[in-house]
Order: sequence, then C-alpha cells, then structure tokens
Amino acid sequence: MTQPNRLSGGRIDTGTALTFSFDGVDYQGHPGDTLASALLANGVRLMGRSFKYHRPRGPLTSGSEEPNALVQLRTGARQEPNTRATTAELFDGLTAASQNRWPSLRFDALAINDRFSNFLTAGFYYKTFMWPATFWEKLYEPVIRRAAGLGSLTLQEDPDVYDKGFRHCDLLVIGSGPAGLSAALTAGRAGADVILVEEDFLFGGRLNAETYGLTDTSTQGWVAMVMSELESLPNVRCMSRTTLYGVFDHGIYGALERVSDHVAVPADGKPRQILWRIYARRAVLCAGAIERPIAFENNDRPGIMMAGAMRAYANRWAVTPARTVAVFTNNDDGHRTAVDLMAKGVGVAAVIDTREDAPKIAGCEILAGAQVIDTSGRLGLSSIKVRRADGKVQTISCGALGVSGGWNPNVHLTCHQRGRPVWNEAIAAFVPGGDGPPGLGVAGAANGAFSTAAALASGSTQALAALDDIGIKGRAIDLPRAEDAPLRISAYWHVPGGKGRGWLDQQNDVTVKDVKLAHQENFRSVEHLKRYTTLGMATDQGKTSNMGGLAIMAELTGKPIPEVGTTIYRPPYVPVAIAALGGRARGAHFHPTRKTPSHDWAAQRGATFVETGNWLRAQWFPVAGETSWRESVDREVRAVRGSVGVCDVTTLGKIDIQGTDGAVFLNRVYANAFAKLAVGKTRYGLMLREDGIAMDDGTTARLAEDHFVMTTTTANALAVYRHLEFARQCLWPDLDVQLISTTEAWAQYAVAGPNSRAVLHKIVDPEFSIDNESFPFMACGEITVCGGLRARLFRISFSGELAFEIAVPTRYGDALMRRIMDAGEEFNICPYGTEALGVMRIEKGHAAGNELNGTTTALNLGMGRMVSKKKDSIGSTASEREGLNRPDALRLVGIKPTDSSAKITAGAHLMNSEGPVDAAHDQGYVTSAAYSPVLNSAIGLAFLKDGANRMGETMRLVSPVTNDNTTVEVVSAHFVDPEGGRLRA
Amino acid sequence: MRYSGLRVIKEALTGHRGWKPAWRNPEPQKDYDFVIIGAGGHGLATAYYLARHYGKKRIAVLEKGWIGGGNVGRNTTIVRSNYLLDGNEPFYEYSLKLWEGLEQELNYNAMVSQRGILNLIHNDAQRDAFIRRGNAMILNGADAEMLSVDQIRREYPFLNFDNARFPITGGLAQRRGGTVRHDAVAWGYARAADSLGVDIIQNCEVTGFRIENGTCKGVETARGFIGAGKVASCVAGSSSHLMAKANMRLPIESTVLQAFVSEGLKPVMPGVLTFGAGHFYCSQSDKGGLVFGGDPDRYNTYAQRGNLPAIEDVCESGMALVPAIGRARLLRIWGGNVDMSMDGSPIIDRTDIGGLYFNGGWCYGGFKATPASGMCYAHLLATDTPHEVAQAYRFDRFRRGNMIDEKGMGPQPNAH
Amino acid sequence: MIIHHPLLGPRDAQEFTFLGAATLIERPDWQAEDAQEQFHDYLHLRDNPAGEHRELWFHETGDRSWLVVTRNTLTHEITNVEMARDVARQKGRSK
Repeated sequence: MTQPNRLSGGRIDTGTALTFSFDGVDYQGHPGDTLASALLANGVRLMGRSFKYHRPRGPLTSGSEEPNALVQLRTGARQEPNTRATTAELFDGLTAASQNRWPSLRFDALAINDRFSNFLTAGFYYKTFMWPATFWEKLYEPVIRRAAGLGSLTLQEDPDVYDKGFRHCDLLVIGSGPAGLSAALTAGRAGADVILVEEDFLFGGRLNAETYGLTDTSTQGWVAMVMSELESLPNVRCMSRTTLYGVFDHGIYGALERVSDHVAVPADGKPRQILWRIYARRAVLCAGAIERPIAFENNDRPGIMMAGAMRAYANRWAVTPARTVAVFTNNDDGHRTAVDLMAKGVGVAAVIDTREDAPKIAGCEILAGAQVIDTSGRLGLSSIKVRRADGKVQTISCGALGVSGGWNPNVHLTCHQRGRPVWNEAIAAFVPGGDGPPGLGVAGAANGAFSTAAALASGSTQALAALDDIGIKGRAIDLPRAEDAPLRISAYWHVPGGKGRGWLDQQNDVTVKDVKLAHQENFRSVEHLKRYTTLGMATDQGKTSNMGGLAIMAELTGKPIPEVGTTIYRPPYVPVAIAALGGRARGAHFHPTRKTPSHDWAAQRGATFVETGNWLRAQWFPVAGETSWRESVDREVRAVRGSVGVCDVTTLGKIDIQGTDGAVFLNRVYANAFAKLAVGKTRYGLMLREDGIAMDDGTTARLAEDHFVMTTTTANALAVYRHLEFARQCLWPDLDVQLISTTEAWAQYAVAGPNSRAVLHKIVDPEFSIDNESFPFMACGEITVCGGLRARLFRISFSGELAFEIAVPTRYGDALMRRIMDAGEEFNICPYGTEALGVMRIEKGHAAGNELNGTTTALNLGMGRMVSKKKDSIGSTASEREGLNRPDALRLVGIKPTDSSAKITAGAHLMNSEGPVDAAHDQGYVTSAAYSPVLNSAIGLAFLKDGANRMGETMRLVSPVTNDNTTVEVVSAHFVDPEGGRLRA
Repeated sequence: MRYSGLRVIKEALTGHRGWKPAWRNPEPQKDYDFVIIGAGGHGLATAYYLARHYGKKRIAVLEKGWIGGGNVGRNTTIVRSNYLLDGNEPFYEYSLKLWEGLEQELNYNAMVSQRGILNLIHNDAQRDAFIRRGNAMILNGADAEMLSVDQIRREYPFLNFDNARFPITGGLAQRRGGTVRHDAVAWGYARAADSLGVDIIQNCEVTGFRIENGTCKGVETARGFIGAGKVASCVAGSSSHLMAKANMRLPIESTVLQAFVSEGLKPVMPGVLTFGAGHFYCSQSDKGGLVFGGDPDRYNTYAQRGNLPAIEDVCESGMALVPAIGRARLLRIWGGNVDMSMDGSPIIDRTDIGGLYFNGGWCYGGFKATPASGMCYAHLLATDTPHEVAQAYRFDRFRRGNMIDEKGMGPQPNAH
Repeated sequence: MIIHHPLLGPRDAQEFTFLGAATLIERPDWQAEDAQEQFHDYLHLRDNPAGEHRELWFHETGDRSWLVVTRNTLTHEITNVEMARDVARQKGRSK
C-alpha cells in the first residue's frame, strides 16, 4: 500500500509498517505515527463531523487541543469515544471509526442541519419548542438528544485495570520542550528530586516539530543528549505519555500516565493507565503555546489546519495534508510553515499575510495585506478565495491551508486555582497573571517567551528560582545557542465582510455570526457569550476558540480585549477517563470488606450475609428443607426464646476508656447518670449530640475503678469515637482519661436464651461463678475461658432473654464460636443472624438504627426521664428547647395489626381511623417492622404523636407507595416479657 | 418581544436583525421600593414574581458580576420534590409545579425535562426510609413509585447489578423529577423581569448596608448609594460574607460542591440516577455530556474549586455503580460555593433589622427550589408574612428546636 | 491539601475529618443564666469568614489528634496548625 502524502524524513520508523483501519478501510502507517498523521499520509483528510451542523471535518491541530478529529478507538468492551486522532499513537491492528454521523462519514444524513443553519443559530432552542408543554419530553427533546452527543459508549464493562500512584519531588517540570528540558537539567544537576512529565510519547515538545531551533548544534542531537543525561540521573524521573491534568492545593498535582494506550491490549499485569498524585515542593510549567486560528468564511473544511500543525506533520511525521498547500497568517511564524513545506518538496501556492509589510520568502508568492475570504471543496479543501491588498479577488487551488493567527501561551494549569491571565499586547495574547497556584512557576512559551533561546533561558532561570525557594543551591547550566527571533504579529481575528459563516469553535459550530447575535441580544459578558453560544464548551475547553470569540466581542463592544475579560480554564487540562479517576475501587472492591473472625465459620454453615457498613454480617443460617428466609429467621427466634442461640456481635464498636476521670467523662458524654456505676456493673447509655438529639446508644461496663469498656452501634463506631476524642481533647483537656478503639481487638458473641448460662458454664473457667447471684443481670467481669484464655463477660441482653456477651481477643474468635457451638450441642444451640436479632429487639421495643435516625430525642424514645437535669452532659441543655418538648411529641410505641395475618410495612404512616389521609393529618410513621413468631403476628415500632397516651387506639396504617393499607392497634413497644423477668432469670 | 417558532423562522429569513436584547443595561436609579441583592436564579425569580404576581414596581436587582453567575450557573441541573419532612416537601412540590409551567409563563424554553429521578436502594434500612419518604411525598400530593430490581434493570440495564459491593435492591422513583437547562432559568427570569420594568444592574457589588435606628435604608454599592424601601439579600454561597456587613452572624457555613461533566456521548442515561451506597448522582444533558456529582468537599471554603479526594471519591462511586462509563472521559470540573445551613434546610425570613430580608442557606439543593424560592420570597417582601409553603424556613427554628433535618446530621453543616 | 501536623509533619488532608469552626471548643457553661441562648449561638451561629478561618480537623486515620488549623477560605493557604488540646487550655478549658 502506498502512502500518497508521505514525505521523507521525520521521526517515524519507515522501516516498519503498521496496519490499521479507519471506518472499515485498511491503511498502513509507521511507528511514531499518530492516527491523524497516518491517515493524512494515506490521503485521508476527512476524519469527523461537527456537533451541530455535521460539517465534514479534518484535523485542525496535531495535539491534544484537537477539536475536530475525534474518533471511536478500538472495538468491543475497549471501545472509547471521542479519542483525538491527533494524539492516538498508532499500533498494529488499531481500529478506529468515525462518529456522530449516519449512515457514513462521507454521506451524513444530518448534514441537512447545515442547510438550516440559519434557523439553528446560537440559542435558537431557548425561543421555541415550548408548545404544547408536554411535547418537550415526548417529541422535541428525544429528537434533539438522538442528534446530539459525539461518540458512543458500548455499555460493556471496561476489562482494563487502572492504578493509582503517589510520587514526591522537589521540582516537577511540566512539559519537555526547550524550557522544560533546560529546567529539568538545571534541577537534575543540582541534585534535586525532579519529575519531568511529558504528555507526548516523545520528549522534546515543539523541538520535535521544528527545523529552526538550536543554531550551532543539531536540535535532535541536543534533545537526545539531555534526555540521556536526565535518564541517567538517579534523582530525576522522566515520565512520557503523562499528562498533568490538574493543579490542586499545596503542591498536589494530578497526572495521568497512559501506560498501555499505545498497544492493542495492555500487557499482562499492566494497567491501562495510572493516575498519579504528585506532591511537588515546587513546579515549573513549560507547556508551550497553542496556535490560534483566524475566522473566515468556510474556514472549517478538511485540509484547513493550524500552520504550526501543518509544519509539525511535515517535519515530525513526514506527512503533508496535500501536495499543494497555502498559508494564511498574521505573523512571521506562519512563514516558517511555508519554508519548511517547500523544503520537503510540497508546493506552496501562496502565503496570504494580513500584514502590508509581510516579509518575503524566496520562491514563494507572498500576498501581503491580503485575506482568505472563502473556501471550496465539499469533503476537503480544493481552493481558497483570496482578497488581495488591491481589492481583487483571486482563487487559488490548494488541498490544504495552514492558518496562523498567533500563539496563545498555554496558561490552562495556571487557572486551576482561579488565577486570571493578563493581556500582553506585544504578543497579542494572554499570559499567566502571576496569581496562579502557589509554587508553580511558568517558563518558556507558556509564559510568552516564544523564541527557542528565551525558552531555554527561562526554563533554567525558573528552575533555579524554584530551587532557591526551597533551599537547594543550583547553578546555571550552559545552554546551546538558539534562534531568538521576535514574534512579529499584527493581531487579526476574523476576516470581515461576506455573508457566510466563519467558524470560531469548530466542534460546537460556533461562528462569528453567533457571537454577533449574542452581542445583539446583550449576552455580552464573556461568561454569557460562552454559555449562550456554547463557545469553548467543547471537549477542547476552547483552547483554540475562546480567544477569537473574545476578540470579536471586544470589537463589537468597542472595548479593549482585557476589559471584555477572559474565561478561565478548569481541570482537567485534557479529559481524563472516569475509570482512571476511579482506580481499583470498582465492583466488589468499591469499599473494603470487613469480616469478623468467625466469618469463615458462618460461611461454612451456609449463612447468608448482609452488608452493614463495610462489615459483612451473617443475616440468617438456613438449614436443609427451609424454603424462605422467614422460615429460617422464625426458627432462630424460637430457638433463642426456647433454649439458646449464639450471635456474632463483633462488629459493635468497642472503646476502651481508662483513667481516674473515666466516670466523670462518661457522665458527661452520656445523657443518663454514669458517675456512680459500680465496678463489675454494666449500664445502658444514651448519648446525645450537643443539639439534644440522640446520637447513639450502647452499654458501658466498668471493669475497674479506672477502666471502662464502651460499646457503640456498628454504624456509629467511628463517629462516636471521634466525638469522644473531641470531648476529651477540646472540651475537657485536663481530665485524666484515655481512649482507644478496640473494635478490631475483640471478637464478641451474644449467647442468649434460657439455657445460655448452662452453655457458658462449660466454657467459662470454673473459678469464675456465673450464677445469678454472683453474676446478676448487668454484671460484667474479666474472666478466663477454655482453660486460661482471657475473656470479658457481660450479662446484657438485646433479645430480652437471659443472655451474656462474651469477648475474647480477635484471634480466638473463630475457635470460641466453634467451642460455644460444641458446648451448646446438647441444648440444640442455634446460631442466629442479624434478622433474628432484629426481630427479637423489636419484640422487646429496643431502639436501633431505624429509630436513632438523627431526628429523635430521648423523649421520642421514651427515655426523656433518663436525661439527667442535675448534671452537665452533652446535649442536655439544648434538649430543653420547646420544639423538642411539645405535648404531642412523637413517642415510640408498638403497633399490631388488628388482623393478625396482615403485614406491617416499615415506612408506612399512621393516620387516625377517621378523617382525611394526607400529610396534614399525619400522626406518625413506622420505623421498624417484623413478623413475631412468638406472637404469631406482624409487629412494628412506630413514632406516634402523643403516643404514650394513645395505647389501645385503633389507627389506619397507610403506605400508598407500596399500596398497603392496614388497621393497627397501638400497644406498648415491649411486646415480649414487658416485666423483664426472663433477662433476670 | 415574544419568542416562538414562527419568530425564529421569520428572523432566520430576515438575517436575524430583529432580535432584541434579552434585557436592558439600566443605570441604577437613586432609590427603589425593593432592592434585591444577587441576580442569580433566586434573586431574579423573586424580582419577576414580585413584579408579575404581586404587582410591585420600582424593583432593582443588583449583581456583583453577571446575570446568572452564581450557583444557577454552576449546578447539576436537577429538579425534584422527593423530600421527607413536612417543612420541606410542600415547598419543593410547589416548586416542581412551578417548573412545570415555567416555560409558558416566561416565554422561554428552559428545557424543563421530566425524565424522572431514581434513588437507588441497597439495604433494608434504606428501603424503610425510602418507603417512609415515598409515602410522605404522596401524602403531600407529589408522585413517588417504588421500583423493583427488575424494573430498574429494564430502565438502566447497564448498572452494576451482578458484581456490586453494595447490591441494588430497589429504588424510589419520582417520574416528574428531571433536569432543567440551568443558565436558561436565569436568562428566562431576567428577560421576563426586565420586560416588567425590573432594573437588573450587573457589575454592581453591594459593599455595605445603610442602617439607621435599626432599619435598613438602602445599600452602598460599587456604583454609589441606592436607597430602598426593602432590601432583600439573595446571595446563597456568599450569605455570611454579605450579612456580616449588617453585623449578622448566620447559621451557615460555606463549602464547595464540585460537579463534573464528561465529553459528549450519544444518549445512554435516560433520567437522573442517584447511588445509595456512595456519593454519586448522574444525568445526561441534551448535549450528551454526563453531568454528575457527589458530596461536598466538607471543609469551609469560598474558593469555588475543590480537591482530589472528593473528585476521586465521586468517580469511584460512579465506577462502582455504572462501570460502563469508564472509558468516557471527564471533561470539566467546577465548584460552587454553597451555604450549608445548620439543619440542611433553607431560610426565607425577615431579619431583626427593619426592611432587611434574607433568603439563603440552600445548601447544595437550591437550583430545584428556584421558582418556589422566588415566589415565597416575593410573597414575604410584598406582604411581610411567610408564604404558606415556606412557613418553616425561619431563623428562629434553631432557637425553638424546630429543625428541618432531612439527613439527621444535626448542626454540622458540612455533613448535610 | 496538606496539613502540617505539629507532631507528625506534613500529612495529606485526606487523612483527616473536618468538623467546623474552632469556636466549637468554647462550649458554654450549662449553669449560666442565659445558657439556652449561649448554647444556641454556640451550636448554630458562625462567622464563616471569606478569609482566615480557625477550624477543627481530626486525624482520623492517623494519631487521632484534634487539630486547630488556621486556613484561608479563599486561597486554602494554611498558616498555622495547633494541637486542639493546647488551644482548649489557652481558652481556659481544663476538667
């Protein structure tokens, strides 16, 4: 296969052919090519369609700022939309397809939009599609949505992995053009830890694309020499294919390394990309400049591109978009394109220069004081129409046109902390304003120093200044001699006159006319312009388009450009795959999974597990023959209430509290009294937030005069610990009290049921008596079990039965569980899960997470009297506010359906038995519901207005969202053993 | 001038010469009956309803920057009324009803798109809470629907149903929820208010209040003193900063909520989706970008930008729920300053200073409230009594213990 | 962001949990005449400055210290980090 537009030279390996396909047609390119350069080499200029008018488009640039040549890369689950052909590195077998066209790129049905462009001007949609109102969702919007969008997602799961990494350095150098190389070399030689990141797969930046550069030595040779030295320095890390995408606070930089995007499939064990967080003491931005277009009629045809890009294609990739080209410029840099292309044997039909005093080029026609006023060629440029200085219009045949409206320093990253660039008249461009992120210096073209010599010098100077800042002494390095031509430019933004459209934002199809319309309709502030016309809102964030729009608005308002303003850029510098930002936190690894020590034991028993925060807890333990979870749960409840059961309660938060002021401390953090808790006793504690709302509840045991053990709910373990540390360090810093979370240190099991003592007798070492007299309800103690293993025993009960909780060091949890099961065999001990636990606590009217929902008070929970008024505890003062103490305040009650076969829906609302059913007549709501196998009925806990005084009342329970409607009776929340005889047995 | 399809056609055929400015650039007058500070969505809506529905004249809206430059121009465009508590739900449902007729009322297509919102459920406690909420919505006259996993699969087949750390067990849907083109809301209100004679004055920062004997007489601005019968602060995001000039301390802290948009994609996401086991919500704009967000950055800030932990957290959650978006690229991140109030609910109330009114504390949910906030604030300004659906939004609710705490997080603003 | 922990040196702010204004240290006296009013203000009213802000951060995944960080809410620049316990003592808090 021939590559008709391939030239000689370049930084590609012509010895190796790579086969790739675009829209189903096979082509060949070479290592070192991008998809765009390889397509151009094959004579393909048409690579995409624009967003709104579906105009045919080819590459405008040769870099990541590309707005036009976006393709779908790869196929199947690895298909990625909107990949810039200009940065996609060619590999053998690469498959790409054009996007946003139907049925094909050459014949796109929606190109009809272009015919109606007069109707589809900026903001036209705000003025129509309003009648009838329902037609928006049904008709207009679906049509618009289908037409909109660029590439497609396959909706398959991405098979690749993405890693995250962290690196630290003294100096981060962003970009490896002349400024970046000189900065990195200066800092590297000074011994500083340096990271050099380069977006491209080649180091060297613009030096790879230019024939001018160093004057006394080979440019490529110098780049190779510097890179070889940098790579040999142990204190320097050079990262290519790595884009610095964001600058965050305090020297934290986000970078994306494309590890495997240049190969068909990531190598074994390799991620596709790595998201780096780089902690840099200082950084130098050496990101170069981005060339900007000039707007003129039909300036968007395939073949029309930035002059600098045309030169880069020729010099670096040995490609020309056409055999005859022309150049349209307002500055000297454009002339370099003509010179370089002529040197490569490409015909340059003319250089059209807007300046009357344009310089001359030997062997090339220069049309000074002229403008391109229109172009032709349906799917690619065939000719341009030029208005010469003398006013005569001339048509010039050419297949490509290089355009240069000057260069904009690449200030993007300096804006990430809302720094604002300032106008520099000499180069007719915005430069960094000095209010960029602290610690980020700017060198080279990014700072408006456009010549190679200036870039080299400023890179070194900036590096030295940065090092000096952090106390590292460096020395200026010898820099090679380089061209130092001033940028001679005469600002020129758009060619006036004519009736057609001149494009500013090529992707979003924003034209000069749109800006004029925005001005006419008073959308004149930069932000209004942007939002009304969508200028700069495309995937390039307006890198090539914002400046032109701004300049035209300045012209229309009669203000100088800096007075019109500038829009700032936001992260990321170039779009970043969402998967890369997600890293490995996907699927089952989204959050860590916490397992209790007896998890494997439970799994062996066939337990069903449920997520409780990050914990996995056994929900129930089905046995053979059981067909529904209810059967299992009912059996477990009956077993506990009838004989004995065991439940893993390791996940409860456990906080060890020591110190002589432990009791004082607890007395302040719990609403109820704790000062006089005796050693060897446990007490229920209700903890309030300072605003008087219940925060958490649990028990605290006093193991010794100065040693307490607190339990918290599983869900609130972290928050309670944080809260206690706040109280300890910030409120009462001199109390003698120490805290540590021991949640992970102890495995804990509830052994509950009338035979629980009998089971534990076989476990607890004989020297510890656990009979009712020596170890009564709410007793606690440090004991040993199984012949000397240290343990803690608490006689507390969530189920309402005679019950114990026994804790052993975590590593013995599994063994203890197995031992308890063995010991309980003769009593048919039954392991039970969180469901049975929940049923039994509802039967007992114990509050849990559903009741402690962040809005309930002690009063609501029926514990109003527990809140001691005689002491200062957190929340006691605020809990006295009137709104929290209304006579009809919600109270926790039990409810039972009058028809025992009816069910109760948690979340249903209570209504009076007569009267309207609406929010105004709402009486309360059900927090928890369960089926009680003991009562053979559904039961529920509810918050009911003035509930304490409504026992026996019949009410309607409504749940319109689940279509439930039940009649219930209000009863005490203590359904089972209200006197508490069982737990004291 | 009235907008219509015919008008668009006529202008297209006559070179678009007839389009008039959407609003004037008036010079500020010496004094007004009403001075509203802040030309964001709420301020502009207030001005519009004050003029249109309460028949008031001599109204100015003063704006530090440009029309719609506050949070109405930097949000994730979601509208819904899926609230739980009595203090909130009637207000947000009223707002949703106003959205439903907004475009015809304003003669401006703000692209109110009721494609539905779906809150996913991942555990039983969450289900209980969402049933309670769904019931509260219906009992307040809104719509709500519990969806099964199968129903969700049909609408969102690409979610992670089979390999999730926190499996989806159902969802609460509000079909009338959806999105609105945010900027267009500001522009629509601005244009409509302007056409009723409201002076919208851009680049006119309020630098202080003139308060004499406990009564506010007007405001000092970058363009001189402007007298006012009533002054109405409406600058959510900057409320504390502004009201400090009247020596007021507010029950508000400011933080930043970051939001995200992907590159344009062909349609995949039918409605608005929220993850119940992580910090992620997402919709797809008409232009094709996935618009998504998560939780605020948590620390106090006015910087209008955030940091990596929140960004990565949102994308991790997004990948956990919708792994199919992995190869789409994040295009832009922005941040909005949000007034986080002490119970997560807003304030529309008089202040202790005569003639000075306050509207703020919208947390990160102010966009959906725009029409009702404007109407209720206009009602308060016009009548000096709270609007029926905004009666709970009072300053004194914290003193009295009448908090409206949807999330149950207490007086810790960054947790709401 | 990076917080320079007085004991541990520079740490990524991601290790910390933010609470709010450092005025939360100044918990009112429950027996004061106007305790209700004081608690109202303490709990709910904030300066919320656009500028220098003293605030509480908890080293949740670190040494569990509460820190008082002085940070500019416009620029995020941190100018001082103190142990909250020391600040509490300076404010006269003790047992």
